[in-house]
Amino acid sequence: MSAGTRIAMFVLSCAAFTALYIAALCGLSPIGQVHGWAAQYGDAINRMSVPALHITDAVTAVNFEFRGFDTLGEEFIMAVSVLGAALLLRKHPDQGSGPPQDKAAGRKISRPGDAVRVLTVGLVGPVTLFGIYIVVHGQLTPGGGFQGGVILASAPLLIYLAGEFGSLQQVAPRWLVEVGEAVGAGGYAVIGAVSLAVGLPFLANYLPPGRVGDLFSGGIVALIDVTVGLEVAGGLLLLLLVFLEEALTRRP
Amino acid sequence: MMWLQALILLMVAAGGLGVVVTRDPLNQAVAASFYGILLGLMFFLFHAPDVALSQITVGALALPLMILLALAKIRKREQETQEENRKPEADGQRE
Repeated sequence: MSAGTRIAMFVLSCAAFTALYIAALCGLSPIGQVHGWAAQYGDAINRMSVPALHITDAVTAVNFEFRGFDTLGEEFIMAVSVLGAALLLRKHPDQGSGPPQDKAAGRKISRPGDAVRVLTVGLVGPVTLFGIYIVVHGQLTPGGGFQGGVILASAPLLIYLAGEFGSLQQVAPRWLVEVGEAVGAGGYAVIGAVSLAVGLPFLANYLPPGRVGDLFSGGIVALIDVTVGLEVAGGLLLLLLVFLEEALTRRP
Repeated sequence: MMWLQALILLMVAAGGLGVVVTRDPLNQAVAASFYGILLGLMFFLFHAPDVALSQITVGALALPLMILLALAKIRKREQETQEENRKPEADGQRE
């Protein structure tokens, strides 16, 4: 294909896309104003989440209550993809392993500067606390298990940035991370299974909703939030560990 | 509010262009991280704080981290193959 034909095809498809895009944008309702079925759905969610479920963050109510089964599937997607990465990066029988390369003699990786070390070590505590806050307040304010889990996983990453790989392995040993991820992923399913045991549909709320605005409100949604936070933090951290192990400690 | 929304939309457009025109993957990871923060701000200004938080954690943190880790792995392999290629040459010179 010659350059001229390529440009002609690009101009043609770009013009068609722009026309369709503008036509689609003209059909949208203004920002903040929703009409039709979407408004009905939003109203229904708002009517139910605070009065019936005592959950003030409607997004969390949708994720963990109204479509809790879908979120369970999404959580397992994450667990399986982390499993796949860990499997691909497993130690090959012919490979040796040594001390982390940033510790070995004649290392190429330079030690982080003092400013980086002070900043990262100082941030570990606040970031951990913030992650826990975001996880446990999922049913009250924006955030929840997923977002909080990623924030929690970034705290050990800060330790790696501040020190050496060895300190990361001490703070987050691989077996502990694996157990955390498994407990998080399994906990969600177990919470759902308890619903069946007490004679309700899968993942139906069986705990009292509590007082609106309380930390322990929303029934099982608060519990699911914690398990998802554990699973996401563990999964991301495991991914980080397998990648760093492969890049730093494996010898050909 | 209207002006802020228009401004952040323009910044997102410029940021997206910036990610595309950055060619080196290492620099691109940093650019993508910045773009993730811009997108998070945009969601926040359009009254979607939940999505904004997800966007910031994934787009500005998890995604660049994965890119950097993958780059570290690839570069290590490149280093190894370079060293392997160098060895036979040195042997040849000695002979």
